Amino acid sequence: MGKALKFSRKNLGIPYFLFLCLFVIFPLLLIVVYAFTDGNGSLTFANFIDFFTKGSNIYVLFISFALAILTTAICLVIAYPVSYILARTNMKAGSVYLLLFILPMWINFVLRTAAMKELLFALDKLGVYNITDWYFANTVIGMVYDYLPFTILPIYTVLIKLDKNVLEASSDLGANKVQTFLRTTLPLSLPGIVSAITMVLLPTTTSYVISDTLGNSKVTIIGKLIENQFNIGTADSWHTGSAISLILLCFIFGTMLLTGKFNERPNQRGGGLW
Amino acid sequence: MVGKIFRSCYLWLILIFLYAPVVLLVVYSFNASNEIGSWSNEWNFSLYAMLFTDEKILDCIKTTLLLALSASAISTLLGTIGAIGMFYSKPRVFKILNTVTQVPIVNAEIVTAISLALVCSILLFPRTYASLLIAHVVLTFPFVVTSVLPKLKQMDPNLYEAGLDLGASPLKALFTIVVPEIMPGIASGFMLAVTLSLDDYIITNFTKPSTIDTISTYAYNAYAKNSANTSIPALRALSAIIFAVIIISVVVANVNADRRAKQRGNN
Repeated sequence: MGKALKFSRKNLGIPYFLFLCLFVIFPLLLIVVYAFTDGNGSLTFANFIDFFTKGSNIYVLFISFALAILTTAICLVIAYPVSYILARTNMKAGSVYLLLFILPMWINFVLRTAAMKELLFALDKLGVYNITDWYFANTVIGMVYDYLPFTILPIYTVLIKLDKNVLEASSDLGANKVQTFLRTTLPLSLPGIVSAITMVLLPTTTSYVISDTLGNSKVTIIGKLIENQFNIGTADSWHTGSAISLILLCFIFGTMLLTGKFNERPNQRGGGLW
Repeated sequence: MVGKIFRSCYLWLILIFLYAPVVLLVVYSFNASNEIGSWSNEWNFSLYAMLFTDEKILDCIKTTLLLALSASAISTLLGTIGAIGMFYSKPRVFKILNTVTQVPIVNAEIVTAISLALVCSILLFPRTYASLLIAHVVLTFPFVVTSVLPKLKQMDPNLYEAGLDLGASPLKALFTIVVPEIMPGIASGFMLAVTLSLDDYIITNFTKPSTIDTISTYAYNAYAKNSANTSIPALRALSAIIFAVIIISVVVANVNADRRAKQRGNN
């Protein structure tokens, strides 16, 4: 037995590897090549220098990070109590509730964002909201609305697995409820919080559908900046766009390596139903 | 007691926030008024009639569904092949393949999108349905791999060997022993791929030809560009239908799961 027979299963990796080379590695290498060249194809660092010296780009960076941090913070503050309550409800009711919380994320992302726009518009008509002037608030509300389910799920997953004995031990040793929460529950749920942050932070800086729909074209985030470069279509703009993408790419993979999340991303983008 | 009331009030408050926009759309999808915020006392299905006579939107729905199903089918095949291939490779090869597989998952969607757009332009490959299809495969296959791998890990490795010892060829053993064992992973990978493909806007926008629109790109153009699009009311009806379909499928899935659990209990 052995080699000759097992060969066939391993061989399946070969066409797969070719696909990865052609559609994952090669495209990313193209971004690197484009980032370090100009419209004539000669080597240059100008794309990077331009990006960091242009005031409007720095402003975009600032707005993106401000939006991302604010959205993530609000999502965590809302989601943590939700996950905490759900994890302590009895099994059957808890899972029905959880389903209610993550169900909206299967509605088409663009239509869901549009629905929020219609709601804000209706509130505007009632006179309790101002959709034209409060474009930054619109965007934050839209982002919290879209990403809240993605924050609840990873925290809930960690909290539900928490060993109840540890919590009992804590109270047996004389800690009150607040102390038990702060000293055991919260630190133990840290992996869920980190996972939730990575789920929300990246899309809020790059996924421009929400800021476009709700920002009255006054909110530009990094993702939109890249898209703009590719829509202008001048000789150099694609190279500039690639340079910005490369900066973003380094940032993403840097944080992934730091948090060691690379090989343990759960399938949470799809909601964990399947 | 007070705490309990407080807790459920909190949950319902957040649920209202999550459902208010969609419920508003559903209510207005039956109202004759074409504008949200203004109210007509007439209730009818005119928006649904509008939806089902709008050729452009119907085309988008067809494209979106067909694209999601075909891209997911290809992804599922590719992802399953990849997962099996890498799982039975040397640990070093496994690590390399698995890491590259994770790249599209952790990467920002806009970066994946432009990288594919660059490939199209450098290979002088025009943006067609084919490029759109490939892009959706790239978007979804890593999720199939991550669904299938755990099932391969759970499988008893001796089953395959036993099959071979009993005279099955490696290919036959693969199809009659390995594939049935990992089927739940393949199925959930497929469903995940479908949901991701249905939802996508950015990658679609960068790889589609200008003649093709999906629900996402159509709705984006209607809402984000503030164009004088007269079919926005019809999109309300579409959102309501999508919402209804999701609720029905979730209920059906849960009832089925309950029944299966009960059957297992009886046996």
